[in-house]
Amino acid sequence: MLRLVPRSPPSRALTLAAPFVALGLTVLFGAILFLALGHPPGQALALFFVEPLRGADAWSELAVKATPLALVALGLAICFRANVWNIGAEGQFIVGALGATAVAMRAHEGINGTHAAVILPAIALAGIAAGAAWAAVVAFLRDRWNANEILVSLMLVYVADMLLGYLTYGPWKDPDGYNFPQTISFLPVTQVPLVAEGHRAHAGLFVALFVALGAWLFLFRTYGGFQLAVGGQAPRAARYAGFSARRSLWTALLCSGGLAGLAGALEVTGPLGQLTPHLPVGYGFTGIIVAFVGRLHPFGILLSSILMSMLYIGGELAQSRLGLPQALSGVFQGLLLFTLLACDALASYRVLRVTPQPQPEKTGEKTAVAV
Amino acid sequence: MPGEIHAVLGENGAGKSTLMKIIYGAVRPDGGALAWNGAPVAIHNPRQARALGIAMVFQHFALFETLTVAENVWLGLENKMTRAQVAREVERVSRLYGLELESARLVSSLSVGERQRVEILRALLTNPQLLILDEPTAVLTPQMAERLFVTLRQLAAEGCSIVYISHKLDEVRALCTRCTVLRAGRAVGSVDPRLETNRSLSELMLGEAPPAPPVRTARLGDTALEVRGLSLPSSDELGVALADIGLVLRSGEILGVAGVSGNGQAELLAALSGEDRRAPAGSIRIYGRDVASAAPRARRALGLHFIPEERIGRGSVPGLALSANTLLTRREPVRRGGWLHRGRARRLAASLIARFGVSARGPDAVAGSLSGGNLQKFIVGREIGAAPKVLVVGQPTWGLDVGAAALIRREIAALCDAGGAALIVSEDLEELFELCSDLVVIARGRLSPRIAVRDASPALIGQWMSGLFGETGAPAPVPVATGVEAHA
Repeated sequence: MLRLVPRSPPSRALTLAAPFVALGLTVLFGAILFLALGHPPGQALALFFVEPLRGADAWSELAVKATPLALVALGLAICFRANVWNIGAEGQFIVGALGATAVAMRAHEGINGTHAAVILPAIALAGIAAGAAWAAVVAFLRDRWNANEILVSLMLVYVADMLLGYLTYGPWKDPDGYNFPQTISFLPVTQVPLVAEGHRAHAGLFVALFVALGAWLFLFRTYGGFQLAVGGQAPRAARYAGFSARRSLWTALLCSGGLAGLAGALEVTGPLGQLTPHLPVGYGFTGIIVAFVGRLHPFGILLSSILMSMLYIGGELAQSRLGLPQALSGVFQGLLLFTLLACDALASYRVLRVTPQPQPEKTGEKTAVAV
Repeated sequence: MPGEIHAVLGENGAGKSTLMKIIYGAVRPDGGALAWNGAPVAIHNPRQARALGIAMVFQHFALFETLTVAENVWLGLENKMTRAQVAREVERVSRLYGLELESARLVSSLSVGERQRVEILRALLTNPQLLILDEPTAVLTPQMAERLFVTLRQLAAEGCSIVYISHKLDEVRALCTRCTVLRAGRAVGSVDPRLETNRSLSELMLGEAPPAPPVRTARLGDTALEVRGLSLPSSDELGVALADIGLVLRSGEILGVAGVSGNGQAELLAALSGEDRRAPAGSIRIYGRDVASAAPRARRALGLHFIPEERIGRGSVPGLALSANTLLTRREPVRRGGWLHRGRARRLAASLIARFGVSARGPDAVAGSLSGGNLQKFIVGREIGAAPKVLVVGQPTWGLDVGAAALIRREIAALCDAGGAALIVSEDLEELFELCSDLVVIARGRLSPRIAVRDASPALIGQWMSGLFGETGAPAPVPVATGVEAHA
């Protein structure tokens, strides 16, 4: 039998190398997978790791997907560092899009001709507020009745999805839309400015970069971020220091909900231009993987969001060019997360071949493997 | 030697714990050889060590908080006993060796002293040939320690060898028949402690004369901390309720609170520190200001600083650098607007490291990488460095060696000579007698009358620890759980 023995201290080189080893292993497993599906692995892998980087159009598409992923993951990183397990960013993303839609549709009705400098911030704020409000439900239930935030946030995803369905099939349905479940197409004035004419990448990209910088400053350069991290790592030390656990909970969930909501707002007023029931494509859930692959570090998350976006696009290409199922991108994302977790474990533990035994580890080391 | 009680003495970081971990297979040696019963062995892991008959009681406990006493013991055993059998064994052996414990209690509700009993029991249930104890009496009353020695002598007489890591020289001389002294990773001597004096052992250990106890020049001033009518129901069903606690601490004074752990110390400290804010209004005052429901930060602003007994996870965040750990209780590195001044935090940590002789790689060293003694020096330094008007300390020198303990006591004494006041909650009577001017005893959530140290004797305090005191002079009923130790 094999047993994991803590390395003390955990190998620093291995910790840094883990994401790259994990990526290598993911490619390897992917190659085996394609062989088994009867496709030359080189060609298929190129769809995932080369094609998405080829040309300005490809980079633009990469940014379109990386932007919401990064925004969601940045919020989640703040949450996870505070040891608050928000699994419902998908729901906050949807509700953020609903909030933004409410404003964007109003622009169409009355305030036609309003300047973009007014309407765009209003849309962004509405998205942030709506996403944060959705997360606030989780924070309130946890704060007031100690309800498990994992379950509550996850279940609220389905409620949000229902709400989206109700609005697009009901009150918000475009009267001239041939009964399709979708809202009116938003006016151009509500369109998030594009980075370059002819490409879909939009200014949300810069918002994400700016948010990453802000998240980094908050987490590593402010007293508030420090309190959040202490609350997450050592709740008793936080109580000793007098840092409020409630404040951490609310800060973490409001930040994370707000950013997911902002991502939803940018998505609906950016590439989509109208609200449809097909808005959610799993950015909220994939954001969890992005956050962990990025080491819960804002700059790491920027890189991992690009990587995950490649996997999304690769999956689409594999479907259109090779006729492979789109589920492949999910398989790749899963592979990456699993290999990363394994590499992380091996960076802080070494494997020993022993016979089975119950072995209570020293306190303090036993929780190291938990994610 | 079989049946020998062998002491290993040494300063903080002298390598005692490392040596023992090598014997126990928890750490691999870089070189050298081990012989077990005359034959060379390579011990790769603790399981192999236990199979050979080596058991160890660590200084830092390896217990699962959410499990009961019996379940923890059961997890540490490799035989096929059922949990019910283990529970019965625990009850039996704990009675046999005077280690009172209820097998069904959750470890999370146990005090440090009680947790240690679980560790000792777990080791005893493996019927070891060699028992290694790392600072076992650090949290016991003199009577309890004496009782443990009876147990250890009994075990030794049965042929079990015992390695006893300690720096309490009296104990080593009373208990051990051989003594190896370590200094900076080297064995600098092997002596018969019964033929040595405290002074000669101390010199061998430190390489120099032992530190003198601090000389107090107490000038009592105003009332710094006043506790009156503090009654507090326990927040957890297994905790202790505080009953009408009252005490007055004047500036310049060091007041000791003695007691066996689990008698309300944790609850009292939490109420004083502000971690528990349920105290009735007006029951806790700092220089006259009511702080009964104030947050820890507000109390710190008024000059009350607290040093908890748990260094890792409460007094410090093990995963953060020392510089970041200054931020738990110090506001100097926080700029206006909540921005951190990292340079200032590093300089503060560096100055604490220098002033309090913390052996660490520097301000960027992770708190969890420090030894217990060095971490405690850092934490004590962090609080004393803030020049508190009232310092509340739980177990200031638990598990520390002579040098580190003396330094910490000296600093506390110096603080109070300079007009501060300190409340020391400790189970180490020697320490309280050395450091404090007056003593009170806490037992079952009640506080004894106050007594000047010069009028007190360890025997009297030991008796009070079991609850045998009363305001009217009539003895209180003898509590079952702690009555034995007083008469031992």
